[in-house]
Amino acid sequence: MPIKVLVAKPGLDGHDRGAKIVARSLRDAGMEVVYTGLHQTPEMIVAAAIQEDVDVIGISILSGAHMTVFPKLMRLLEEGGASDIVVIGGGVVQAADIPKLKAIGVREIFDADATTQDLIDGVERIVREHGRAAARTKLLQANAAP
Amino acid sequence: MIAQRDLARAISAVENGHGSFAQAAATLPETARTAPAYVVGITGPPGAGKSTVVDRLIENFRSAGETVAVIAVDPSSPFTGGAVLGDRVRMQRHAGDRGVFIRSMASREAGGGLAPTAQEAVRLVERAGFDVVLVETVGVGQVELEVVSVADTIVVVTVPALGDGVQTIKAGLTEIADVFVVNMADRPGANRTAVDLTHMVRESGRETPVLQTIASEGQGVDALFAALQSARGGATNAARAVRFEVLRAVRDRAARSALAKLDEPAARAIFASLAAHACTRRQATDALFELFFTGG
Amino acid sequence: MNTQVDVAANESLVEAKREWEQLTLLPFAQKRPERREQFRTLGGIALERLYTPADLAEHDYLRDAGFPGQFPYARGPYPTMYRAQPWTMRQIAGFGTAVDTNARFRFLIAQGQTGISTDFDMPTLMGYDSDDERSEGEVGREGVAVDTVDDMLDLYAGIDLEQISVSMTINPTAWILLAMYLVTAEERGFDPAKLAGTIQNDIIKEYISQKEWIFPPRPAMRIVRDTIAYSARSLPRYNPVNVSGYHTREAGSTAIQEVAFTLAAGFAYVEEVLALGIPVDEFAPRLSFFFVSQIDFLEEVAKFRAARRIWARYMHERFGAGKAESMRLRFHCQTAGVSCTAREPLNNIARTAIEALAAVLGGAQSLHTNGYDEALSIPSEAAMKIALRTQQIIAEETGVGNTIDALAGSYAVESLTDEIERGCVAYFQEIEKRGGVVRAIEDNYFQMELADAAFDLHLRKERREREVVGVTKYRDDSQNPHVELHHVDEAASERQLARLAATKARRDPAAVAATLAELVRVAKSDENLMPATIEAVRARVTAGEIVNALRPVFGAYVEKPVF
Repeated sequence: MPIKVLVAKPGLDGHDRGAKIVARSLRDAGMEVVYTGLHQTPEMIVAAAIQEDVDVIGISILSGAHMTVFPKLMRLLEEGGASDIVVIGGGVVQAADIPKLKAIGVREIFDADATTQDLIDGVERIVREHGRAAARTKLLQANAAP
Repeated sequence: MIAQRDLARAISAVENGHGSFAQAAATLPETARTAPAYVVGITGPPGAGKSTVVDRLIENFRSAGETVAVIAVDPSSPFTGGAVLGDRVRMQRHAGDRGVFIRSMASREAGGGLAPTAQEAVRLVERAGFDVVLVETVGVGQVELEVVSVADTIVVVTVPALGDGVQTIKAGLTEIADVFVVNMADRPGANRTAVDLTHMVRESGRETPVLQTIASEGQGVDALFAALQSARGGATNAARAVRFEVLRAVRDRAARSALAKLDEPAARAIFASLAAHACTRRQATDALFELFFTGG
Repeated sequence: MNTQVDVAANESLVEAKREWEQLTLLPFAQKRPERREQFRTLGGIALERLYTPADLAEHDYLRDAGFPGQFPYARGPYPTMYRAQPWTMRQIAGFGTAVDTNARFRFLIAQGQTGISTDFDMPTLMGYDSDDERSEGEVGREGVAVDTVDDMLDLYAGIDLEQISVSMTINPTAWILLAMYLVTAEERGFDPAKLAGTIQNDIIKEYISQKEWIFPPRPAMRIVRDTIAYSARSLPRYNPVNVSGYHTREAGSTAIQEVAFTLAAGFAYVEEVLALGIPVDEFAPRLSFFFVSQIDFLEEVAKFRAARRIWARYMHERFGAGKAESMRLRFHCQTAGVSCTAREPLNNIARTAIEALAAVLGGAQSLHTNGYDEALSIPSEAAMKIALRTQQIIAEETGVGNTIDALAGSYAVESLTDEIERGCVAYFQEIEKRGGVVRAIEDNYFQMELADAAFDLHLRKERREREVVGVTKYRDDSQNPHVELHHVDEAASERQLARLAATKARRDPAAVAATLAELVRVAKSDENLMPATIEAVRARVTAGEIVNALRPVFGAYVEKPVF
């Protein structure tokens, strides 16, 4: 089954070229990509991710607000019982902030020079290693057992 | 109401074939309800403004005190199986409303056969207690048939002067439409399109209402809402079955006619130019569609 | 070139070229083949191996090139160009509070900068006040925060607004910032007739590419129309709109799309104002433009020349412009942010220098050169200084400005100029067929064209048809050169919130309510929005309050995304 990814642009910045190219590239790699549109709050992103039951949330951020957005997002996912959804990011993130983001559970940050193949491979690997598909299947089978 | 997370996961389970519908439904506790959900199908050609109509209808149903689930289906790429699902962008102002559940689904047509999961998703959100289910489809392909078989009322959305607008609708949609909407009615040709549709409806001996809306500004949506409320409870399963059969026949005929033209030089030229990167997939698809269906 | 002699000469030239290909080129190329079957410009134009006079057989010098300062202005908008004075060196700046950015302006002026350009933070650009919850984390981050006219007063404090031109990169809220600028000038005693400056105010490209919007396209067009009409009457030296191709190109368009979409937007504004009954020569002279200068040197030079020629022709032939000022296209230029890399950032100095040279050889009126840290953060002071020095070196040392439009007559440049013009004309016809610019926006036409071009460019990079030095080629993973970046002042946001609170505490609530009510009334009518906005701003109404009051009148725009 296809990997399902939510591609979201938080904040007020409208530079969506990267997000659009990512969406199109992941689609061409056979993934199902839910695009949220621009100007999303962390609350909107988490609500969409839960309703869409995605494997991955991909955040595109160039506004410099990543240290505000990611912690809030991670907290809301946890409150929504959805911290098994993998979170990754891309855009302009200063190198010094990357370890801080990884420490709160962001799995990967792709910089502006990352290629499409880097991204596709990265998403597939992260889902394989940290995704919840296998766990979910087991859980459902257990629940459905008579 | 059931936790949205559990509902979302039950839909994924049927979508991904992890167990049967019954197994997935069993993960959701039974909710007390007095009537089945009212299922409205919204279909029409790409670019007609279906998502905007849905967005406005959510508002109307919510104001009437009803909870609303949306199942928005977009086509999977026949080339890769992937999909971009962007319908919820138009509905984002409902993001904070717990009485609204929006789920995008890829048609996954390339996976083989008629994916039955849109229907099952509708039954799951119904079971989860939503009063109204709006099913939005892209207006082409097999999913349409699913909508017809699952919806109580079908809204066909079109726009003025969309090239072959009325022609497209002739190809069978009069059979299934319960309400016609000419959206973007501030554009030239809106009245003419509405008149054409009205004639067409009368000729087929029906009384299907033909409404005009400017959904982006909310104009005319109250009338559409009223039409939906008055159609509620009117449709029967037998009527749905007839529609289903008719549409399946239309689809089969369209597919046969396309396949018959695949070997034509014009079609080959399009594939050759695609292979040579001389056109994009979108351009190739448009060109083939033109060739197959608009007598190019 | 249409005499009998020319035709004969042309034929013999074509014959000679064929002979050269057979006798000289082919045997040579068999030993040393060319690197690629086809070469394309960055914008995707297929290039010939070499161009000759035969490629310009249709070219008529007086008709298609002419003289600088004369129709069709291909050779430049002014007769003297840089021989009189160099272009305006206008480095953009903006971060933190107005006080912080004011210090950067004064630094740049001290270094010899000749114009001011202001970058605002995202909340200001989008019509949210600093104390709005949507602004959290973004106040003063990517630009300067301006909530009220008090911020504007501090932003340009100590700068003589009658002497230096001030540009503001601002779009859906541009008319509010213009009102603040006018109140600032008035409270400091400057004469509005002497104010030279620019607001970007190009809402069309927001829907196409930059995606900073508030209202739907039709009311947004009315706002632009009102600013142009107001300026035509009251601000003789002010540019009320800076029609911009920069963002569309940065979002991945081709060079032809950049020019075509931008000029089409310009025509749409012209039509909007003409509909008010204002004659074209009364407002068209103040329309100005903004293009990127990308790394594909020759294509860019040709692009600027083509843009001038097309604008002149359409303004004259279609809109009946008679004044030279209405036909000559003046543009600001910025080097390409997307051409800068995060890896080996000092390489960006070389890229920027080449792009700046293309802008100068293309006849730009003002120029911003990017800092080497462009791909990493907003620019540090050190990065901005080198970027400014790059312009000064071109102006003072290279001598390229001492002769006008030096690349004219190059077979390659003239051929590309013609090709770009043809591509634009084809777009204008398609846009017209689709019912005009606003309709084409509503139908996502531009957005789809752009998405396809951007993806195509992306694939060309992935296929390594276009290499990026230090990233896709000659990559050196053994070193990670460190550059000092702009230091984000985390406390700036708090300071801005305090400034806003102080203004709100000082102002007269009755005046706030009354001016806002009047603005809403005007918005519902078809009167010009500017006077009522000026009154509101003078009463210290915030930009966010104005936008919130008008949202119910104008509606909110939601895009239909395309990929």
